[in-house]
Amino acid sequence: MDTKANGAASGNGADPSPEQKVYARAYAGMDIDKDRDATDDLAVLWRIFKLAARQRSRLVLGAVATVIAATFQLMIPQYLGDAVDGAVGLLESGSVSDEAALDYLYGTALMLLGISTLRGLFTLTHNYCGETLGHHLAYRLRMAFYDKLQYLNFSFHDRVHTGELITRGMLDLEGVRSFMNMGVLRVLLFLILVSVGAYRLLSTDLFLGFLSLSFVPFVAWRSTTVRLRLREMWFALQERMGVLGRIMDENLTGIRVVRAFGAEPYELDKYQVASDHALALAERRIRTRVSSTTVMNFAYFAAMGLVLWVGGSRVISGYMTVGTLTEFLTFMTILQQPVRQLGMVVNAFARASTCGSRLFAVLDLEVSIRDREDAKPLEVTGGVLEFEDVSFAYPGEGSPPVLEGVSFRVERGGTLGIVGPPGSGKSTIAHLLPRYYDVTGGRITVDGQDIRDVTLESLRRVVRVVQQDPFLFTSSLENNIAYGDPWADDAAIQGSAGTAQIDGFIDQLPERYETLVGERGVSLSGGQKQRVAIARTAMLRPAVLVLDDSMAAIDAGTEQRIREALGEHTADCATLIVSHRLGALRHADEILFIENGKIVERGTHDELVALRGRYAALFALQTLDGPLQDIVDLAAEAGVRKEAGA
Amino acid sequence: MTPATNAWAGRGRPPRAVVGSQISRDEEMFGAAFDRHVIRRFFAYVHPYRRRLYAAIAALLLFTGAQLAIPLIIRHAIDHAIVPAGGDVSLLWLVVLVFFAAILINYGASFAQDWIVSRTGEEVIFDLRRAMFVHLQYVAMAFMDKTEVGRMMSRLQGDVYSLQEFLENSITALGDLVLLFGIVAIMLWLDFQLGLLTLSVVPVLLFVRLIWLPRARAAFRRARETNSIANGALAEGIHAVRTVQGMRREPVNFELYDEKATENLDAHLRSAQYAQVMVPIVDTLTGAAWGVVIVVGGAQVLGDSLDIGVMVAFLFYVQRFFDPIRSLTIQYSVMQRAMASGQRIFEVLDVPLAINDRPDAIAPENVKGRIEFRGVTFGYEKSQPVLKDINFTIEPGETVALVGPTGSGKTSTTALLHRFYDVWEGAILLDGRDVRDYAAAALGKHIAMVLQDPFLFTGTIRENIRFRTTGATDRDVERAARIVGAHDFIMRWPDGYDTMLDQGGGNLSLGQRQLLSFARALVADARVLVLDEATANIDSYTERQIQIGLTALLEGRTGIVIAHRLATVRDVDRIIVLQEGRIVETGTHHELMARKGLYARLYALNYSSFDDLPEDLMEEATSATTRS
Repeated sequence: MDTKANGAASGNGADPSPEQKVYARAYAGMDIDKDRDATDDLAVLWRIFKLAARQRSRLVLGAVATVIAATFQLMIPQYLGDAVDGAVGLLESGSVSDEAALDYLYGTALMLLGISTLRGLFTLTHNYCGETLGHHLAYRLRMAFYDKLQYLNFSFHDRVHTGELITRGMLDLEGVRSFMNMGVLRVLLFLILVSVGAYRLLSTDLFLGFLSLSFVPFVAWRSTTVRLRLREMWFALQERMGVLGRIMDENLTGIRVVRAFGAEPYELDKYQVASDHALALAERRIRTRVSSTTVMNFAYFAAMGLVLWVGGSRVISGYMTVGTLTEFLTFMTILQQPVRQLGMVVNAFARASTCGSRLFAVLDLEVSIRDREDAKPLEVTGGVLEFEDVSFAYPGEGSPPVLEGVSFRVERGGTLGIVGPPGSGKSTIAHLLPRYYDVTGGRITVDGQDIRDVTLESLRRVVRVVQQDPFLFTSSLENNIAYGDPWADDAAIQGSAGTAQIDGFIDQLPERYETLVGERGVSLSGGQKQRVAIARTAMLRPAVLVLDDSMAAIDAGTEQRIREALGEHTADCATLIVSHRLGALRHADEILFIENGKIVERGTHDELVALRGRYAALFALQTLDGPLQDIVDLAAEAGVRKEAGA
Repeated sequence: MTPATNAWAGRGRPPRAVVGSQISRDEEMFGAAFDRHVIRRFFAYVHPYRRRLYAAIAALLLFTGAQLAIPLIIRHAIDHAIVPAGGDVSLLWLVVLVFFAAILINYGASFAQDWIVSRTGEEVIFDLRRAMFVHLQYVAMAFMDKTEVGRMMSRLQGDVYSLQEFLENSITALGDLVLLFGIVAIMLWLDFQLGLLTLSVVPVLLFVRLIWLPRARAAFRRARETNSIANGALAEGIHAVRTVQGMRREPVNFELYDEKATENLDAHLRSAQYAQVMVPIVDTLTGAAWGVVIVVGGAQVLGDSLDIGVMVAFLFYVQRFFDPIRSLTIQYSVMQRAMASGQRIFEVLDVPLAINDRPDAIAPENVKGRIEFRGVTFGYEKSQPVLKDINFTIEPGETVALVGPTGSGKTSTTALLHRFYDVWEGAILLDGRDVRDYAAAALGKHIAMVLQDPFLFTGTIRENIRFRTTGATDRDVERAARIVGAHDFIMRWPDGYDTMLDQGGGNLSLGQRQLLSFARALVADARVLVLDEATANIDSYTERQIQIGLTALLEGRTGIVIAHRLATVRDVDRIIVLQEGRIVETGTHHELMARKGLYARLYALNYSSFDDLPEDLMEEATSATTRS
């Protein structure tokens, strides 16, 4: 495959290749930025500036220091010019004594030393304030970003790749960090140097002053246009690098699949396309940056050449002293460093507005599930949980309904079992209760209060879900168990470990509850992880307990013992059990059989078995007698054998 | 953030909680700034671009030369052409012409140098990343087993940039060096004595630097360390967000994260202080050097022993003089970082490709699918064999189930067949030939594997089913999906086969993902199918679906199934029971039941999956077998 050509052809109007179509979709997946407006550039920069400007005193100090540093910097050419003129003048007049002449030189030298030192001190202040502003800004954005991600809904995290968010929190943050120092204050410095210098030079010699500054409009125009182009490139590049990163990440995570299928060449092709794609843009960005920087430099030197030529002619014709010319030329050399840095400044602006825009895109996301303004804490009185005609569909156009018209009621001490085929909506019920997602129709109430009317804080304290696939932190077991209540005492931790039947295992470990789990510690089996998750929740004594298939990896006997231990707690709370092990649901007060988001059968275990419907069939399937024949029959029923044979 | 505002104010003790514990300290190691080995390895990647880099160096020399020449030209103009009232106008013309020539060269050369170097840096980095990525495709599975993906990603995405920075900086550094020596040489050439006097400030600067450097470096390092700590904590927060929200840990985490972020802020401020403190020192020294030029040079001018133009040129050079010194000392930390990154990168590239194709490896178009294990012994750790003298044969079209307690060697058996690892002793034969005689690609083509964890890639359902079988048509894909029973749920999505899968197939249930991976294996159309059944995390419905899919999948193929569910086991031609790396029983379900051995005992426990067995019962069953 000629991947090189593919990469190079990107961006023009040619028919998209299949790979490009894949990319178009892959980029479309990162739709956080979809509302980004290409013209919001200045708005983003202004917003970054305002954020940084919260440290007003630092900003003022920085600006003042910048002005003073610039002033001292501007004094240098004058003194250097004076020195030259002085030497020349004294040389020519020959009237003053050597001593007086030397005194003059000493005086100038001391002035220069003093001015340089002061300039250095104020530059220090200017730079340090700039950096301080940047670092504080980065700190505030970091905290805001972290906080935002903590509260963004599940549906956001379902949709957005974790790697994408980490990139934003890391690299984009760095892009904004350097904006104040590299961008704002340096531009200020540059402007002061140019404008004060312009005033001084123009008032000394209008024409020569114009000549010295002739590069400024060109540089200003160039840097504006280039900044906008660079910004677009930064965006595109970041996206392409994101795709490349994802391809690598998935390849390494799924390396066994890749190898099992001998798919290495296929994966390498995929990688190569993405890589070439990114490289092509990276090179375009470099060319833009390099050509703009060098051409700005050239404009500057050309102006210097003009000054040399015209100024030189004037000195020759006696209109001007060599010292004045030196002053002009020295002034220009002072601008040399800023002009050289202008490329960096432009890049810093482009980068800050790109990165800022990517960060703000996340920070501005609305947390759709949050407290209402008049939200009150949930008051648990009777402990009655009710689903009233609940329906739900995941966000996004055309997503199929997951739940339709689900109603049930569970009372304190009662247990509701939920059964159904995969994808039927069982787990969704569990996720709606703590408002991980909001219902799209009907309502859920706890003791008559709509859960959308109460504070999330109080709701999630009352309703606890034990997840199927718990996340364990690389930390001690006790920290993991006490995750929901970091102030729990040892007795509480050990008690809930006992409830979850994991205490025996922990006691065998050399460091017991302080044993580290995860990469550098003990690795736990799926069942052990689930038991830690149960211990975590058991400690919190919720009023509504939801077990979302949370014992699937635990053997049936242990599950039974956990259930008995939990019984002491559950007598006091409403329990929902989503499970595929029907044995676990036998004693439930009611069992719902869900299929395609609807309740198709409901009743106690005995009632449902007597009904001889789907539940009964499932029960038969699990009781091991003659399932082989069942499977064959069911397969025949599904009409797939014929198909398979074809 | 003051302690008083902490969420745990008044609680008496800090919480039992940490944020960002998942940080690998070794990511931030700092060592020598120069590692010959790393540099040599790295320059092997630069080698293909050497012509370009020579051009870049030539451009750099031109560029530096032009920069050095500009003050000289000005000096010449002032000394000879620009003499008040009575200078040589035509000479001025000439000088200005030369000046423009110099700045044109400066322009061209700086463009060429910057463009070549930046572009080459980028390309070298893409090459290096690709080399690593390719290497990781073929390194020993054992390495991948124990290596965290995140760690590899930070090599692929982070460390390469340190080397890019290094490459670009080493060219700039070269330019700085040339500039520095050029300035020194010109100053000494213009006026040796004055030059020497002017340079007398340099030892002062070096002395200051000497004191400053170790402290500053420690501060910079700390800033980088706290950065990666804060970023690690952020990553943890994102990965664990569902648990965080479920447990209402947001406020506590916020406080804990604030500690890390504040540490990071402080470290950055500290390193900013160190970086900036050099500014006034350098400026003062510049002033001092100017002073020397003015006093000493001025006196000489008065004494008529020095041209005024030389003095002007000195004043110019002094200003340019400190820039390279300043940037050269910054190089040190870049180098240090690059060496550490280089070591980590080459560490990855040095992981041996455990399994290489033999030069005469065969890649037959078709195989019959007869499999034989002949006296196979294998283990992951030396002297700890996992499989001991395994012998069995599977005829083409036969399906065999491997059964046994956890750790009995089932998964290792299948991994060996695919040469994820090589055997210690004995041989595995496909159609009577050692699998080591086959090209790895051929094994991948003829032996398809369905893994326990059905991994899906970002992309559409269709792309996931088709995967590497790029020749498969849409009809092939759909047919495979129908056979395994995935078609119906696929069509329930509005986009059908073009539905984009969320991260890792998150919008599908586990059973559905498993079915897609079956379809993937079916499309690959291999003669031999190895199937590692998903463990207990499967409900009876999915189990039924999967059973149907499995039957379809295995039809007419040689199959090895690592069976966890009894339903699967009873449906196969033969069952091999493994225990502690040995085959203890072989036969059909009925034969084994009649033998009343380990299998019968396991079966009698009446669990729907072997993995469900409580440890004590399992022990009972196995010890009973050992005794008998």
